[in-house]
This record gives sequence, structure tokens and C-alpha cells, in this order.
Amino acid sequence: MGIIEVQNEIVEEFSLFEDWMQRYEYMIELGKSIDLIDSSKKIDTNLIKGCQSKLWLHAELREDRLIFKADSEAIITKGIAAILLRVFSNQTPKNILEANLEFIDKIGLKEHLSPTRANGLLSMIKQIKYYALAFNKN
Amino acid sequence: MAFDVNKIREDFPILKRKVNGCPLVYLDNAATSQKPRKVIDSIVDYYENYNSNIHRGVHSISQEATDAYEEARKKIQKHFNVKDSKEIILTSGTTHSINLVANGFTSLLNKEDEILISELEHHSNIVPWQMMCEKNGAKIKVIPLTSNGELNYDSFLGLLSNKTKLVFVNHVSNALGTINPIKSIISKAHEYGAAVLIDGAQASSHIKADLQDLNVDFYTTSAHKLCGPTGIGMLFGKKEWLTKMPPYQGGGEMISEVTFEKTTYADLPHKFEAGTPNIAGAIGFGASLDYLNSIGFENIEAYESELLNYATNKLKNIPELKIYGEAKDKTSVISFNVGELHSYDIGTILDKFGIAVRTGQHCAQPVMDYFGIPGTVRASFSFYNTKEEIDYFCKSLERAITMLS
Repeated sequence: MGIIEVQNEIVEEFSLFEDWMQRYEYMIELGKSIDLIDSSKKIDTNLIKGCQSKLWLHAELREDRLIFKADSEAIITKGIAAILLRVFSNQTPKNILEANLEFIDKIGLKEHLSPTRANGLLSMIKQIKYYALAFNKN
Repeated sequence: MAFDVNKIREDFPILKRKVNGCPLVYLDNAATSQKPRKVIDSIVDYYENYNSNIHRGVHSISQEATDAYEEARKKIQKHFNVKDSKEIILTSGTTHSINLVANGFTSLLNKEDEILISELEHHSNIVPWQMMCEKNGAKIKVIPLTSNGELNYDSFLGLLSNKTKLVFVNHVSNALGTINPIKSIISKAHEYGAAVLIDGAQASSHIKADLQDLNVDFYTTSAHKLCGPTGIGMLFGKKEWLTKMPPYQGGGEMISEVTFEKTTYADLPHKFEAGTPNIAGAIGFGASLDYLNSIGFENIEAYESELLNYATNKLKNIPELKIYGEAKDKTSVISFNVGELHSYDIGTILDKFGIAVRTGQHCAQPVMDYFGIPGTVRASFSFYNTKEEIDYFCKSLERAITMLS
């Protein structure tokens, strides 16, 4: 599935929820099933800065696609990371670089994208894009 | 005057607002307090009616502004029972005050000297001294904590020596709410000829410190912690110390005569108040002290300690909730964690319920390191909080725990 299709799928899932509590409960569930980073990769160089809880992100190229793995001490942060991984993991660097993030607004998580918010979400997106840039062959 | 919390809440416009669709429950008072109408009005009144630069003008409104600014200094002097208003330096807040003293002591200390800092300190009370020690070679010794979050007084006594030149302790810990036994710390330090600086930022909203009785050398606070505006605070320093210390910043206001050959400095307190000060802030600071004194610190202390006991007992009923810092003497601050849950998650969910708490390290990493935790949730109560709010907070916390578990 391409990035846009995955984003549309997530937007549809979130549209079923009536209030913030259901959205957060779902996010927490997603956090629990995140593609976990190997504990040997939970090192300082893989830490995302600007986060009140520790958040690790690692990427590797398999064939032409980037595989992201992550973990966080905080379950909400982990949930948001899981959503980002679902969108960006197993995609080509080129597609990652071209992707926009309007879906975050549509699923009611825009508040988490503020640069002054201490959750590191914005830094995580940046890091994902940096990885894509580094692995992009074109 | 009878203490009527509902009447007091009317004084605070912000307490009427909603956050995320819920009435705001503000439990982040240790970070900053809310402002009563009288303080807000005093600032508006200054800007609307007599905004002018102070001390230099010959015109009427400059004189009015100067009088209001100096009146604020007198209110601070009276509130803290300071002998001479010249010993009150108006600063931008506690961090500025501490840097001012650290700068002043840079040339007064050398590599033979030691300074004692408690493990309970806020980063702002650690970093300026490290910077000073890099310059003059003086050494920092740390007064350790005990497991209930109090200072280890015996260790403090053991660390004191003739080499000790300065002791820095907060009056109240921002992370745990511990009230430190500053009076005995001051008198013990004086036996060795050491000066003592007390950071009163967390104490001033709960405790009216009598600085002559304490016989402290330096005491500092920030107005925004006690219902006043941000960006203004005070440094009390004994005249003998302030005279000995060189000026901190150069500029207007702080000079007596300037030629390119030599500048002579103004007398206290202006020697340490370079440039146009925060005039509106000082006026707001004065108004906040008037306001708090009209309620009465004995009433504030009694009510807040009632809130603290009420909240502590309720929180202790929540399974797996651990409170950090259970000093015998503490202010209305509760730092806690629940099981393995991260403070950030709890704070995020509570915010959705309209509840403002602090999460993380509270600028006191050494305290968190002592307990071996990445941070805590900190709920801090003020005299305008209610038991109903604490009930709602506890209920919401339990819902958050269910969601996050």
C-alpha cells in the first residue's frame, strides 16, 4: 500500500471515534503493537530530541524500502510513533520525502505537532525525513 | 477575616475559563501562580495612566511612575521585614538574582574556598555556581538528601568547615515541596563565617519570611510565584555584602558619574539595577503582596495545609501510587508516579480533562537521579484551589490510569 492509501485508511479508522477518549484509547492500543526497536538499538544516537519521555527511532534499508522501528517510555508517544511507522515504514525513500502530513490534522492530533510541545513528534518526523534523504538514491 | 475560597476565586479571572471543554483545574501553582484582578488592574493602570521612565524625568508622570516603583520596593521591604529598602534589588526574578550574586562572588572567592549546595536544588541554583567555580576555582560540595526528601542535616554539619564561604539552599524544594530548616542552616553556616543565600522562589507564596529574624545574607524570590507578574523578582542582600560585590551589569541608572577615564557607580540599590527596569512588573509585584497580605499568610498556610492533607490521603488510596518527598514540613506540593506509567502520559490525559499539572524533571535532575526515576507528576495547590477540584483531579487520574494500563 502506498503512503496516501495508508493515511486514508488511518483517517477512516479515526473517523469512527466519537470523542478524544476513544481516539486516545486506540492510539494506546496501537502503541502496544508498535514494531519495536531492538533493545541493542536503544542507544543515545537513536534518541529523538525534544521529547519529555525517551523516544528511540532506527531505520534500515531492505531492498529499496526503509524499515523503521521505534520505542518510547511513554505509551501515548509510542502510539503516535506507531501511527507514523504505519505510514512511513516499508516505503521508498523517495515516497517518504514527497509525503505530506495532512492526515495528522484529520485524525485530531494536530496539537501534538506543535514545535513547542514536548513530545518529540515533530522531531521524529524530521528524523524520518532525514533517513529518507540519506538513503535516497535519486 | 474568614477564609472563603469561593469568594477568593472570584478575584481570579482565569479560573472561569474552560480547557478542552472542561473547567480549568489549575494544579501547576509551583510553576507559576495565577493573577488576581487587582494585580492585572495595577499593571493596566500604570500603562494607561502614568507610563513613563523613572528616576530621571522632571515631568509629573515620570515622578508618579518613580514613586510607584519605589513604593513597590518599600512594600517588598515591609513584607520581608528588611531593615533598609536599599538592601532590596529589583531583578527579573530568582535566576537573575542568583546570577547576580554568583557574579559578585567571582572575585571574592579563590581555589581554596568551598561552597555548599543542596542536592534539592533547582538547576538555576546549580548552574550559576558551576560557572562561577570555572572562573575562580572554588569547589562545590553537595549536601545530600534523605529518602523522605529532606536534607541530610548531619551531612551538612560534616561538610561545614573554615573553607566554606557560601551555602546555597532553597527555602522550599520545587520538586518535592520540602521546607528546609533554613534558620538553623543559616546560624550554623555563620559559625564558620560563611554567607548564606536562600532561594525563596517556592516558599514565598506559602511562607512569609522574616529576613531580619532569619539573619540571612541573601534571599531571593520571583513575583510570578506569588500572584504577581512574570519577569520581576527581588534579591535581598545585606548591605555589607552588596557593598563588597562589584556591579553585575553596566548601563544607565547604575552610574554616578561617567567619563571615558573612569565611571563611579551609583549607591545601592541602583548599582545593581542597570537600564530601564521592569516598572510595570514592580508595580504588579507590590500589588500582589498587598493582595496576599489582605488574605493573610496565616489563612493561606492553614488552608493550603488542609488541601495538602486532603489530597495526600486521597492519592494514597490509589493503588501503586507512590509519593516522592514526604518531609515532615512541606508545602502543598505532591510529586508522584503510578506504577510503571510515564508522567508524560498521565499529564497528557489529565490535560484532556482540563487539569493542569507538571510532568518531568521539574528542573531538578539531581533530585530525580536520587530517586532513580525519569520524572514525576507534580500537583501543586494554591489557596484558590478547592477540595472539589481535588476530588475531580483524583477521579480523572483514576480514569487516566485505567486508560493507560
